[in-house]
Amino acid sequence: MADLLAVLYSSELRVDPAQPTWADRDRFILSKGHGTAILYAVLAERGFFPAAWLDDYAQDGSPLLGHASHHVPGVELSTGSLGHGLPVGCGMALAGKREGRPYRVFVLLSDGELDEGSNWEAILFAPQHELDNLVAIVDYNKIQSFGTVKEVLDLDPLADKWRAFRWAVREIDGHDHAQIEAALAAVPFEPGKPSVVIAHTVKGKGVSFMENQLAWHYKSPNAEQLAQALAELEAGR
Amino acid sequence: MRTTFIETLLDLAEHDERIWLLCGDLGYSVLERFAERFPGRFVNVGVAEQSMTGVAAGLALCGKIVFTYSIANFPIMRCLEQIRNDVCYHNLNVKIVAVGGGLAYGSAGYTHHAVEDLAVMRAMPNMTVVAPGDPTEVRLATQALAEDPGPCYLRLGKGGERKIHTEDPHLRLGEAIWLRRGSSVTFISTGAILAESSQAVEQLTGMGISTGLISMHTVKPLDVEAVLEAARNSALIVTVEEHSRFGGLYEAVAGVLASAAPTKARLLPLASASPLSQDAGSQTYLRIRNGLDADGLVDLVLNAFWEGLDDQN
Repeated sequence: MADLLAVLYSSELRVDPAQPTWADRDRFILSKGHGTAILYAVLAERGFFPAAWLDDYAQDGSPLLGHASHHVPGVELSTGSLGHGLPVGCGMALAGKREGRPYRVFVLLSDGELDEGSNWEAILFAPQHELDNLVAIVDYNKIQSFGTVKEVLDLDPLADKWRAFRWAVREIDGHDHAQIEAALAAVPFEPGKPSVVIAHTVKGKGVSFMENQLAWHYKSPNAEQLAQALAELEAGR
Repeated sequence: MRTTFIETLLDLAEHDERIWLLCGDLGYSVLERFAERFPGRFVNVGVAEQSMTGVAAGLALCGKIVFTYSIANFPIMRCLEQIRNDVCYHNLNVKIVAVGGGLAYGSAGYTHHAVEDLAVMRAMPNMTVVAPGDPTEVRLATQALAEDPGPCYLRLGKGGERKIHTEDPHLRLGEAIWLRRGSSVTFISTGAILAESSQAVEQLTGMGISTGLISMHTVKPLDVEAVLEAARNSALIVTVEEHSRFGGLYEAVAGVLASAAPTKARLLPLASASPLSQDAGSQTYLRIRNGLDADGLVDLVLNAFWEGLDDQN
């Protein structure tokens, strides 16, 4: 997910930290609101708020809650409960579409989140209204909160499901920046259709002891683990 | 009431391009005119209330005033978390309209009875909760809430409600309308049951019992002053609502009285006591079954007075 946001905010999203509510900005919704640490880091990097705020992330009195908060500059929608981002994104895209405005709406979803029925209501809605200014991105790391996607509610064949709902689909390696950039630069994949990027990812990518481990959905690293993780990530650059 | 609502909304939308209307695949014979007049600002979202409410939030985040419309509980309960997180948390300009408040969909059964809606909506932060008493109040309330920038819930009756007000009252959200003042009893009524309350008040007045009537069209924020004034000036307060006794008008009024300086007034709850009715029945039949018709209200007050006299003896 960090790779997806890094590419989105460095090269794709038309946003302006000096005017966070500019009417024709692209909208980004982090529907998997629990991934907000990455969003905050990217927003700080882009200058939406001082990077020093990150030091107090989720601490007493910090504006940076443990889920995405619209009180933070650059955050379009508070999220946390799953299945909310895509319907709201549909509303934003519909307003833009019917008024002929140039902005696009990007919504990042988790795979486990697709268990929520509200997403499938929105997945029906978007092609009905030809929302080709809407882009869903699925962070498909194959692990959800209490088991693997395969064990809990298998989404396979995921791309076929979206296609059957009349979305234009691309599957990419969600850690390959060139692939991410190429996909995002090509939206809409088909005129008149909403686009979905299914990004195959590895949970905890680049840190040997975190990769594909459910426990790291919940744990925070201690100082030693943090040092090792950072060293591994640096080595992998 | 639904016809008055849509006519008022059409008029408002004519003058304000920000007004949109979304429906959850309901509104046959009511919403067509809006859809034809403003196709670019109307969406039948489908039988999908979560999507309807989320889409409404997205539109509101882009500066629109969005009305969502469906019947009874559908626009509030199926999508309650969308209302809580997307609409109320962000304090958005979304107006949730439920047609068929209370027992209006009588024979349709419990799934279609909106008798916990006020409680649920009262609990939502930033939410204004409005239940107009007659078509005149519907028109004035719809106009008022279109000017209110935050989330609102509008509980309508269905069709055929008679006008209670002979002329336009002054209606402001959060301010009760006094229809009559009385020194023995004051009825505080919310929603379309105002017709029964009004008739009961007429009957009691005819019996020589000085009876007042408040239309509490806004349940949240509640007009605390009006409640306190009623408590100061009458011996008995009767709340009338087509709703469960839990969390609606009765508890709102009781909350005011509990935190106020002691008053002499007694508070009698009136509500659809047994919402889980199992037999079919019209709204009229169900109101009678629940003691919510005018005669039932009169009997309740008379019994309370007899009991009061017994206490004094």
